[in-house]
Amino acid sequence: MSILSLFVIIPLITVFALMATNGFKQARLVAAIGMGIQLIMAAVIVFMYLSERNAGNTAEMLFYDSSVWFESLNITYAVGVDGIAVAMIALTSIVVFAGIFASWDVQILTKEFFISLILLSSGVYGFFISLDLFTMFLFYELAVIPMYLLIGLWGSGPKEYSAMKLTLMLMGGSALLIVGFLGIYFHSAPNGGALTFNILSISKIHIPIEAQRFFFPLTFVGFGVLGAMFPLHTWSPDGHASAPTAVSMLHAGVLMKLGGYGCFRVAMFLMPQAAHELGWIFLILTTVSVVYGAFGAIAQKDLKYINAYSSVSHCGLVLFALLMMNKTSMDGAIIQMISHGLMTALFFALIGMIYGRTHTRLINEMGGLMKVIPFLGVVYVIAGLASLGLPGLSGFVAEMSIFVGSFQHPDVFHRVCTIVACSSIVITAVYILRVIGILLLGPITNDHYLHLGDAKWYERISTVTLLAAIAGIGLAPLWLSDMIGDSLAPIINQLSLSF
Amino acid sequence: MMGLENFLLMRHELVLTLITLIILIAEISVKDENSRKLRPFSIILFFIATVIGFLPLGEGTLFGGMYQTSGLIVTMKNILNIGVLIILIQSYTWLGNDENKIKVSEFFILILSTLLGMDFMISSGDFLMFYIGLELASIPVASLAAYERKKSKSAEAGIKLILMSALSSGILLYGISMIYGTTGSTYFSEVAQAYTSSNLQTLAFIFFFAGMAFKISIVPFHLWTADVYEGAPVNVTSYLSVISKGAAVFIFTIVLFTVFRTITNVWQDVVYITAVLTMTIGNLFAIRQKNLKRFLAFSSISQAGFIFLGIIGGNKLGMTSVVYFMLIYIFSNLGAFGVISAISNKTGKEDMNDYDGLYLTNPKLSLVMMLALFSLAGIPPVAGFFGKFFLFTAAAQQGFFILILIAVLNTIISLYYYLLVVKAMFINKSENPIPYFKCDGYTRLGLLMCVIGIFATGFLSIIFEYIRSFSFGI
Repeated sequence: MSILSLFVIIPLITVFALMATNGFKQARLVAAIGMGIQLIMAAVIVFMYLSERNAGNTAEMLFYDSSVWFESLNITYAVGVDGIAVAMIALTSIVVFAGIFASWDVQILTKEFFISLILLSSGVYGFFISLDLFTMFLFYELAVIPMYLLIGLWGSGPKEYSAMKLTLMLMGGSALLIVGFLGIYFHSAPNGGALTFNILSISKIHIPIEAQRFFFPLTFVGFGVLGAMFPLHTWSPDGHASAPTAVSMLHAGVLMKLGGYGCFRVAMFLMPQAAHELGWIFLILTTVSVVYGAFGAIAQKDLKYINAYSSVSHCGLVLFALLMMNKTSMDGAIIQMISHGLMTALFFALIGMIYGRTHTRLINEMGGLMKVIPFLGVVYVIAGLASLGLPGLSGFVAEMSIFVGSFQHPDVFHRVCTIVACSSIVITAVYILRVIGILLLGPITNDHYLHLGDAKWYERISTVTLLAAIAGIGLAPLWLSDMIGDSLAPIINQLSLSF
Repeated sequence: MMGLENFLLMRHELVLTLITLIILIAEISVKDENSRKLRPFSIILFFIATVIGFLPLGEGTLFGGMYQTSGLIVTMKNILNIGVLIILIQSYTWLGNDENKIKVSEFFILILSTLLGMDFMISSGDFLMFYIGLELASIPVASLAAYERKKSKSAEAGIKLILMSALSSGILLYGISMIYGTTGSTYFSEVAQAYTSSNLQTLAFIFFFAGMAFKISIVPFHLWTADVYEGAPVNVTSYLSVISKGAAVFIFTIVLFTVFRTITNVWQDVVYITAVLTMTIGNLFAIRQKNLKRFLAFSSISQAGFIFLGIIGGNKLGMTSVVYFMLIYIFSNLGAFGVISAISNKTGKEDMNDYDGLYLTNPKLSLVMMLALFSLAGIPPVAGFFGKFFLFTAAAQQGFFILILIAVLNTIISLYYYLLVVKAMFINKSENPIPYFKCDGYTRLGLLMCVIGIFATGFLSIIFEYIRSFSFGI
């Protein structure tokens, strides 16, 4: 059994352990321990991965293991990782760990909260390690349903509405995915031989172009819904705003990256010709996402909605860069996935902490918080600077790679899209700096704020973890981009062969 | 010639007849103070019958080809047996009520009689045997639907069921007579060879389809379903929704794949259109329902539409996925009905609004209900996901991708209304939720069997492969 299966087993064991706990203090302790172990496991796997690569192992996927599940349909439980998957696993474990500490104060049905959260994360881990379309899809759907309970029970605002909208739209995406995956499966043996769900096997054969033209849009849109591609992004603002803190962190930080990951690992990897032929349609849509999300963020008055629209914009940038289909921009896309994951998790954690103190999320009602809660204020400023791409933090590395890579296309269409998307940098700066100005700087607007306490120990753990990762990637991105670059090679290969 | 071993090929039916007679005699001869022992006695008898059913059985035909059995047919009968066993276990508490105590044995005898009819129907090799089985299956169920004599809704359910059954059986018989008229035989094997798509034979097929579609609750033959499900006692409703429908689906699949295999171009179109109609209308009507029995009625109507996706391809994978899905559907639906039955027995409440806040008072019941509903919706990791996925795979194998697209969009709609119940139980707050009550041992056993089934049938691929080994396509 591959070591990777531990990433699914440890969360499941934690869930069972949680079922036996009594009272909210025990529950959060068990959850913290479980996800702490998971974080250590993630660090271990990064280490093991890098040492395997340094030892000269050039296999496409490491720690590969495959056991037959449904023999007659050639469904296997196949796991394996490359550099990108390892990076995503590391991201997930950091965000989940930070999320547990950000939810330290949940006291209603605490046990059920952590069970749903960790079940959600097990779906995410399973998705990243799977190499078989059926298993991948199983984990993908597993990651959607706990959202309904998490938002509906522990959320705020129009939570039932947001929960239902989010669940139904994301399941709509997976509905399209079923059709896409079945289409890929039944065309996976064009020269005779056995049909297969295994991604590595399918990538070696050539799916007929007529089939690709039908199934690539279905698969890409199916994943694109989760990646908040315009116009199917509408679940995101309400969903993130109504969700409790840890859920927003996990969802915006990690789950939306499932969409981007699926897009390149399945849609573009297995159907490269259609990606070239039809990519321009989605390029237009994602460019719109980037700019629309940014403009949307400017118009919002609620902190969470600002961040939600900002996530739409940044995740749109991920898909945008992926569709540019050259090495630099795809490098940038993956780094953006990780960087934005960390940033948005940090933002949502901070918003949750601020809300817990001021009991409002409307920026007009707050002011001068830097004087009262300096730790949180400083962290918020750094997070904001990362979001608008200040060099030295991860956002800059990602966005620079993306735009340099995109501009390498000499034709007018791609250049125009790049320029339009670039404008989002300015718009991002507008809403980030505006919020910082109103919220943190200036005079204190409410006398009650004078009594607010600064960050507690568990809040400091939560925020510093994320901040350290953001700064680390920003100052020393080489180790990350090396890890990713090697693994992008097969995908770039696949895409360029069909040029 | 028919010797004893051949006669024992009818093992399922013989054992069922035997235990029906035993229960009848037991009821007559038991003294009053022991009459409450009739319930466990009958359940144990049926458990023995189920176990005997699983012993290996050969293939063969009897009575000159009127009765046939094969690995597939035995598997189908065993699946139905499991379902009936769970239903009988779940009915234990309800049968202990004051008004039901005096007619316990009637309940068992009627249910076992319909099951006997279904077994004959599934094993039929000839249209006359098929019709006998169908009638034996339909008539006792109508009296079961009217079991609660003192409630007018129950009587209404019984009347509606018997009248509609009689009408659709009549039309089906008319179709059979046309088949006989055009092919000169009622035996499946002989009809299969002589069947063409001439006008009269197409009409005969349509009448046959109409009769079966009534039992499977396919739109537009579904109008009886909601009222009958609502009026009948909960356990009879679970029987109708799962066993009656299941048996009809099984024999319908077998007949389509054997007798009508030469006219696939005719029935594929019919199945396509009715599948789309059934899924959509079942879903749209379910959204509005507040009574949980009506709600599950419309949900089962739309599930039947999904089953048609497995049938439409006419392939081996299709038959496998239909039988597999039926097994999963039995566990899921009986899980949901089990919870409804437990709550209805205790408090008499069957409305979705009464289930508000159920998680805070009865967490285990709410969890079982949630698992059952997720299985019906097709959400991983419970078995319903695997069942639906394989149905879609079967349709995809023959290239029906547009149909699959319509089906998955309907899955989303169905998820909406299943989530409404989950919302009521977990999220809605209530002033007076249903208070905590302890279910008795039999109810717990029944629900436990359903939960185990919901998880095991998905993850254990051996069940799917076992069913596949017996299936066949056109």
